[in-house]
Amino acid sequence: MTGDRASQTNSTQPRVGLFVTCLVDLFRPGIGFACVKLLEDAGCAVEVPAAQVCCGQPAFNSGDTDATRRIARQTIEAFAGYDYVVGPSGSCMATISKDYPEILKDDSEWSERARALAGRSYELMAFLTDVLEVSPPETSFEGRATYHDSCSGLRSLGIKQQPRTLLSGVKGLTLTEMQDAEVCCGFGGTFCVKYPEISVKMVSDKIGNIDASGADTLLGGDLGCLLNIAGRLKRLGKDVRVLHTAEVLAGMADRPGIGDGDRD
Amino acid sequence: MAIAGESFKSRASSALSDASLQTSIAGLKSGFVAARARAVAALPEFEAMRDAGAAIKDHTLAHLDVYLERYEREVVRQGGKVHWARDAEEARRIIREICAAAGARTVVKGKSMVSEEIDLNAALEADGLEVVESDAGEYIVQLAGEAPSHIVMPTIHKTTDDVADLFEDRHRAYGFMDRAKSAAELIGQVRTILREKYFAADVGITGANFLVAETGSNIIVTNEGNGDLTSTLARVHIVTAGIEKVVPTLNDASVLLRLLARSALGMEVTSYMTLSTGPRRADDLDGPEEYHVVLIDNGRTEMLGGAFQSMLRCIRCGACMNHCPVYLSVGGHSYGWVYPGPMGAVLTPMIAGHEKAKELPHACTLNGRCQQVCPVKIPLPDLLRRLRHQQWEQGFIDATTRWGISAWAWLAQRPKLYRAATGLAIPVLAWLGRSSGRFRSLPLASGWTAGRDMPAPQGETFHAQWARRARQK
Repeated sequence: MTGDRASQTNSTQPRVGLFVTCLVDLFRPGIGFACVKLLEDAGCAVEVPAAQVCCGQPAFNSGDTDATRRIARQTIEAFAGYDYVVGPSGSCMATISKDYPEILKDDSEWSERARALAGRSYELMAFLTDVLEVSPPETSFEGRATYHDSCSGLRSLGIKQQPRTLLSGVKGLTLTEMQDAEVCCGFGGTFCVKYPEISVKMVSDKIGNIDASGADTLLGGDLGCLLNIAGRLKRLGKDVRVLHTAEVLAGMADRPGIGDGDRD
Repeated sequence: MAIAGESFKSRASSALSDASLQTSIAGLKSGFVAARARAVAALPEFEAMRDAGAAIKDHTLAHLDVYLERYEREVVRQGGKVHWARDAEEARRIIREICAAAGARTVVKGKSMVSEEIDLNAALEADGLEVVESDAGEYIVQLAGEAPSHIVMPTIHKTTDDVADLFEDRHRAYGFMDRAKSAAELIGQVRTILREKYFAADVGITGANFLVAETGSNIIVTNEGNGDLTSTLARVHIVTAGIEKVVPTLNDASVLLRLLARSALGMEVTSYMTLSTGPRRADDLDGPEEYHVVLIDNGRTEMLGGAFQSMLRCIRCGACMNHCPVYLSVGGHSYGWVYPGPMGAVLTPMIAGHEKAKELPHACTLNGRCQQVCPVKIPLPDLLRRLRHQQWEQGFIDATTRWGISAWAWLAQRPKLYRAATGLAIPVLAWLGRSSGRFRSLPLASGWTAGRDMPAPQGETFHAQWARRARQK
């Protein structure tokens, strides 16, 4: 297994399989490494199963449930044997913990395994806060940030307070709530390319609220939303940095924000 | 009402560039969302009531035959008549026959979404009847030759100025020669005109919010009192209702009424709540001589007992659309038929068929805000996803999407190949975008880049870096 570091672990450490998510893998690997740091600092032994790709949500939300089942079985297999499965996305982790058991419930061979995996799967912020009960990490970040609540994490997994609690310990960071923080940014997976005009209208409304909050940094827990918001911010020439909460908490925000380059 | 021919996408596009429409729906966004939130916060048992409301509807739907027959018996006992309509055509025929038998020339209508669903007005007008909508909002859209754009607030797409223009043009016939200067003046005109219509009407047609099985009563709620006048002043009262409107008892109705007023308008109770039970009795001071109920199926029994049954819980409060960021961007007319927003995106394909509404289940980000506010906890995002699945199975998904998703899913099931392909492509993209950190345009990504930059990858993929790190240990 690639990156299997079980040899370094001791038996009391929880073994965590990191679900990287396809967007983090492709666009922002730094978020993955921030996850590893936060989990290791919290005393976990982190492994990254090689047979993971994507949770299958694009197929599921497009109506191809059969393909989703095949991808679900592959993911269940890849993450068998870990104490926990943790990922930096409420959206992907909701697919694993809520949708897999549902779409495999009539599959005698897989329904039990799907339920078992669901019971061990957590979004990163919820895992650090609710399961490991870590104290907010001691790190610093200079900025006035506002937080976008991504829909799946918020409504399927109840993630609201956890990231805010963790961010409350970051020195130099002021968190200002924006209006309609809980309203969808217009990403919606394939929605953003199927209905670009509506999607852009929604993300523009979001940016209006970010602007009104006076924040210079936008934080969130789902890279899909962050790519969408950053993409529109940069198109409009707005000078707002976009980062995943994990990057700030891990002290790994000393690099260009999402959509920013070396020259920004 | 016929389903609009052009696509959701093109209607939505026009709506997005309609400044007046955008101004009108912005008010909905701030006003009604806040009002509902205040009303809910003031009622600690609201969550428990949502569960109770859903349970009442589920129980009734599980025994729908029993409660509908009980309701019919009670209506008949009160001297009324119940008509069963399998579809829109049959419903129209029944109502036209009742009007013809009564020798009717004029009809006044209370607000009724199901009458829009069966396209009733056009059918009655074709018979030579004068049909006047008595809900102020419905009156306005009728006068403008438009369809309602919201199930509770039919004219939410219009500004006060739009209405003043319309009345200035159309109310001269009634002697209103000057343009109204305020909303109150506009309403005053409607009130004056409608007063005469009520007294002249031969038939009053209302919808139904709830049909009560134990008493045979119909309950309608309004904030204008037009429901009272429509159902009591004409010689004949016709109630039009979908078969899912029945509830067992008055107590059940009261739970749902409390949910309805709060969810729809943020009110504890509507200004008027009208119960009508049969025709005028010998010692009644007013009321119709004839009382008819037309129970309309029109696709509803197809939804019973299956994956979509929970949609029949809907009490037509409009909270789902008031909280839907897509509805709030494009307005109700974009959805092309009677029912807009999340509930419409489920109901329209269910009633009219996928071929006539295949875009609607996809015009949603599955953000879940509708389900969060639904007073009877309909899992709308889940139902929309199920419709997408039906479309996938039945071949309604366009070839490009189908091919794209299938190709991606094929690759996603081959981690090694996927890793090899992305391991090559991503560093190239990252290198190309390293200076600005983003792309203004990319091949095959115009849907994204028309209004947004595409952030560039940060560097090599996570998995490539992790594998190297593991090898170096």
